[in-house]
Amino acid sequence: MELVMAVGIGIMTACAVYLLLRGRTFSLVLGLSMLSTAGNLFIFSMGRLRPGVSPIVAAGAEGYADPVPQALVLTAIVIGFGMTGFIMALAVRIRRQTGSDHVDGLESMPEHRSEQGS
Amino acid sequence: MTHLLVAPIIVPALAAALLLVLHRARIAVKRAIGMGATVAVAVAALAILAETRSGAPLVYRLGNWPSPFGIVLVADHLSAFMLLLTASLALAALLYAVQGWDARGKLFHPLFLFQVMGLNGAFLTGDLFNLFVFFEILLIASYGLAMEGLEVERLRATLHYAAINIAASSVFLIAVSLMYGVMGTLNMAHLAERVGEVRIEDVGLVRAAGLLLLGVFAVKAAVFPLYFWLPATYSHAPAPVAALFAVMTKVGVYAMIRVTTLIFTGGESAVMELTSPWLMPVSLITLALGTVGALGAQRLATITAYLTIASVGTILTGVAVGGGKGLAAALYYMAHSTIAIAILFLVTDLLGRNRGAMGDQLHPGPPLRQAVPLGLTFLFGGATVAGIPPSSGFLGKLMILQSTMNGLSIVLIWTVILVTSVLTLVTCSRAGSIVLWNNIEPDQLAHDRPPRAGEWVALAALAGCSIGLVIFAAPIAHYTGEIEAQLNSPGSYIHAVLESGQDDFIRPHAMGGVR
Repeated sequence: MELVMAVGIGIMTACAVYLLLRGRTFSLVLGLSMLSTAGNLFIFSMGRLRPGVSPIVAAGAEGYADPVPQALVLTAIVIGFGMTGFIMALAVRIRRQTGSDHVDGLESMPEHRSEQGS
Repeated sequence: MTHLLVAPIIVPALAAALLLVLHRARIAVKRAIGMGATVAVAVAALAILAETRSGAPLVYRLGNWPSPFGIVLVADHLSAFMLLLTASLALAALLYAVQGWDARGKLFHPLFLFQVMGLNGAFLTGDLFNLFVFFEILLIASYGLAMEGLEVERLRATLHYAAINIAASSVFLIAVSLMYGVMGTLNMAHLAERVGEVRIEDVGLVRAAGLLLLGVFAVKAAVFPLYFWLPATYSHAPAPVAALFAVMTKVGVYAMIRVTTLIFTGGESAVMELTSPWLMPVSLITLALGTVGALGAQRLATITAYLTIASVGTILTGVAVGGGKGLAAALYYMAHSTIAIAILFLVTDLLGRNRGAMGDQLHPGPPLRQAVPLGLTFLFGGATVAGIPPSSGFLGKLMILQSTMNGLSIVLIWTVILVTSVLTLVTCSRAGSIVLWNNIEPDQLAHDRPPRAGEWVALAALAGCSIGLVIFAAPIAHYTGEIEAQLNSPGSYIHAVLESGQDDFIRPHAMGGVR
């Protein structure tokens, strides 16, 4: 399970970095959201992967999962979600104002929008 | 237990929430709430400074959980110093903003207060995860402030700024959770205690986490090669916002200082040994490139943005010198440069909007209406940043140069700092003479929006702070010396945090530890 998790997070991060380096805002937003998801999975796995145990202390329990990374990942998800929402709104706004979804907003769209570009 | 420590966070948070509820209120009400909260923060910062004068760091346990389980706020000399610097800057920036800037965006006041809250929280927090949370708070507020008015240029700059910071935040999280995974704690004092106990096979992981953290802080501080987001963002931000942003790069520097003096002090995990060969060259390159950027910039605001980068380079040079005097000199320079950069951003705005369509571009424009006071203020800001005696910049640079007296790299450091000072002077005099003296259309005076009295008051207050840094240089330098002494003996910080609230609770040693 550890290997699958590690390889999964690694592939996800690699894809995120590739997307981040693209020139379109859509890829950028997708890349950022994948990167934060990979980060969240990483935090979660830092509490060690222990299936079938709860983080709550109870009589007769065989073991406990570490509750701290679960609390951390919850906070990180909320913050990441807010940030992704913000940058998505920003990207849409720029697309509307410049007529281009290039991150620099300079390159005009190929077809009829060309006069609005730059 | 005193509740004073939480005031710089809770007061702006509550006031900002109130402002969100009252977003339809008259602008005068919003201004009163915003101003009141900022004044309260400044008073709290002064009180914290007075409380920490005795030497022992103050610890506030949120929810009264015993550390290291609960979340703590810690104020030592460095935190108190940064709080006061932020509060002074915020007061001046807000005073400038309430003269008309704040009416352009409905949410200016709540965003401003959230930014102040995030800054204060980052300076006060005692654990790494909350450092991340407060970074996010100050960042998301800064996105909103930077794109106020929604001009395309601002949106584009904000997109770049937001993208690099969101990516950096993910890396921050990975570094923080890696530290937790190895050491089982996120409380900085507890980390400092445990970093020596890390098993030898885990040292590499701790080093990786430490270097990732320093990389993230380098993005926030705009250190070479991670500063490319800064010039566009800062030069397009509204002037009072840009003035407040002058302290934002310093948050990155603060976090670097805090982490390297507290956790990675050397010893077994020895991350400092990995970074210290790099910190000096990187700081000098940052300083040199920032200055060259300013020399080549075509707008006053861009020049000031590049000078912000150069100032970070100078501060980190002092930090890299270290050795009992360098850090103290760097902290004095930090106070000086934050204020000087804020002055330049504000006077740039005043100059720019009185030149009609020409704005703050370095082209001859119409003569200015209040050319003499504006010119003198610009002269003051430029001379202070360049470090002309007897300005605070001169004293700050002198202290950094003096602290390198015994170093080996003395020739290189002296050369870079002195040459960049001259180049900064050239940049400012060239910009000033083009904007102020090189006039066209002499019969037609530009009078877009002349400076208001309140804006002069804000600038005068900042200039007063800068002059105060010169007049009270000895006590302030003595204080920064105390800060460095405290940072170099982290025992009192660790003791204060870990021993607080232990009376009714025995600290188990292996909470979430190595399994």
